[in-house]
Amino acid sequence: MEPVGFWGHLVEIAPYTGYVYPNETAIPWTVLIVVYPYLTGLVAGAFTVSSLYHVFGMERFKPVGQFALLTALAFMLFVPLPLLLHLGHAERAFNTMLTPHWTSAMAMFGMFASFYLLLLMLEIWFMFRPYAVRKAQQTSGFIGRLWHLASLGSDDLSAKAMRYDEKWIFALAVVGIPSAHGLHGYVGFIFGSLKSREWWSSDLMPVVFLFSAIISGVALLIVLYVLSCRLRKIPVDLACLKGLAYVLWGFAMFTLALEGLEFANIMYKGREGIEMIVQYVTGPLLVPFFILQFSLGAVIPITLLTYMIWRGTTGKALIAGVTVSALLVLFQVWMMRWNVVIGGQEIAKTGKGLLTYQMVLFHKEGLLTAIAVAIAPLFVLLAMVRVLPPWSAGAHAHQRSVS
Amino acid sequence: MTNPSDPSGKARREFLRRLGGVAVACTGAAACSVAPQSGGPVAGPDPSPVKDYDWTKHHWAFGVDATKCIGCLRCVEACKTENDVPGDAHHFNTWIERYVYLEGETKARIDSHHDPVNIAASGSEKEFRFANRYQDAKVEKAFFVPKLCNQCTHPACVQVCPTGATYKSKDGVVLIDDKYCIGCQYCVQACPYGARYFNPTKGVTQKCYWCYHRITKGLRPACVEACPVGARIFGDRNDKQSPISLFIRNNRVQVLRPESGNEPNVFYVGIDKEVS
Repeated sequence: MEPVGFWGHLVEIAPYTGYVYPNETAIPWTVLIVVYPYLTGLVAGAFTVSSLYHVFGMERFKPVGQFALLTALAFMLFVPLPLLLHLGHAERAFNTMLTPHWTSAMAMFGMFASFYLLLLMLEIWFMFRPYAVRKAQQTSGFIGRLWHLASLGSDDLSAKAMRYDEKWIFALAVVGIPSAHGLHGYVGFIFGSLKSREWWSSDLMPVVFLFSAIISGVALLIVLYVLSCRLRKIPVDLACLKGLAYVLWGFAMFTLALEGLEFANIMYKGREGIEMIVQYVTGPLLVPFFILQFSLGAVIPITLLTYMIWRGTTGKALIAGVTVSALLVLFQVWMMRWNVVIGGQEIAKTGKGLLTYQMVLFHKEGLLTAIAVAIAPLFVLLAMVRVLPPWSAGAHAHQRSVS
Repeated sequence: MTNPSDPSGKARREFLRRLGGVAVACTGAAACSVAPQSGGPVAGPDPSPVKDYDWTKHHWAFGVDATKCIGCLRCVEACKTENDVPGDAHHFNTWIERYVYLEGETKARIDSHHDPVNIAASGSEKEFRFANRYQDAKVEKAFFVPKLCNQCTHPACVQVCPTGATYKSKDGVVLIDDKYCIGCQYCVQACPYGARYFNPTKGVTQKCYWCYHRITKGLRPACVEACPVGARIFGDRNDKQSPISLFIRNNRVQVLRPESGNEPNVFYVGIDKEVS
């Protein structure tokens, strides 16, 4: 059967080898379900960096502390979109929140995501309230009234009010840590808790998802921060960049170890269907898994970062090296999501066959849509930083002392 | 044919009513659109989804005698017609697998009627047959295995459904409320037997439900009716003299993938170790 029109539901039939159940030949989850955990991962990772500054008081991350929060919000706004585009009845999506079926790993997603989104917006509001108040005072007319509205009429900038704000920022950042990471670990659980697919059914899956999320978010911030400095024509804060590189380096090694352990577990246990998994990883998955995800995406950036840290690289070489490493890590995590989501469905439940997912270009669930959803947050972020400059000036200057 | 609506719809409406003034004002539009539309449940604390049918009085089960199946596929065609299953080679409520052991080989060669070779033999994706692909080979052992939804006692599909659109009925059948299903396909992923599929036209998940619209009227499932050799057995386990009770009592039966913990309710006779 051919795929139906752009807004129709995707019926892309997967070619296969060996024996697969007849109903398996229509791959249920498409590239959009690869984008979804990728986006939530970026959110969790960006929030991690913001927490390092706002909660753990690491002053070297000040240049990106507030920018990280805006990045998290920009990406979080788009997290539901790939899911809604995928649903057979998107207009019924609210059912999961009205009548959640509590035994489902998916049922709580809407509530978790909404809670986290509210938390993010609230923290950002507290962060930029002084800026909004000052803008309201400086600007007249309609725009001024909009700024006044944005401050919700709370225009007290006294030292006492600022201390109050900072307490809230700290508290929200603290609550945000388990929220952001819980949200993403939970995405991993959606896959890991399924016993029907050997490739997914792993206790380590939520943890692997979480740590890969952290490195993807940190990597994204590195790339966006360096890019923003270029655009603003200001020098990159090397202490901040090096700090981010340390975080990336540490978590990337941990992620690699976890992914290696997970893979080793599947292979070593060698349960039913292992022959097909071996055939898969040494065949169709050889390039995407071993070459792209592990070698290019993980080993090379870790080696590069190790070398730079060991040699004490600094200046332009450090900026270039860390940025390249970050780009490779972003690619690694994309490949990890792909290899999990698509890979899991390419190994037939029969344990006796392999399928090939064929991505279409022009379709509601096609490649172009996926790319659009994945990069749209960047444009929203661009607009956000123009309205709410996160480069310390104007907003709350961080006060670690509040803690 | 529309699947029976969710009997818990009453509970949903009650839940919505209790949301109260402000919440109703906020969610009113959404609530109107999500309240189950089809066939309202009958009164009572534990209403059956079908009128004049008491689902607490039955315990349906299914048997497959693989030693009798001749792979004629009349059951598949009857099911497609009866249950509005998409007319192609990728969506089935029930299907037949063929296991063939050739001389000198230790593993079975497995295919089903959706296999491109078999489709080429039938000449159409709407008609099914098994190509005579082993006519020149030395076959040591061969048999057919009918497959269908196992209506598990602990169904993984029901566990993962985020809205409760799919649920286990009191008489043992796993049903789908197609007015409430959001089409996320999590259940399709969760079923270890590949029994569920996404209907791209309706935007919801579908599967075999033992012709619930028939069995609740005292009829047998369409596939059971169509089988010319009696390879499919259906009945009520509460009735000790029903065909399924006798089938389970008089045979050494087994289920598929018992290690899944799902506790299937389709009982097999005459299958081999490679069948899963």
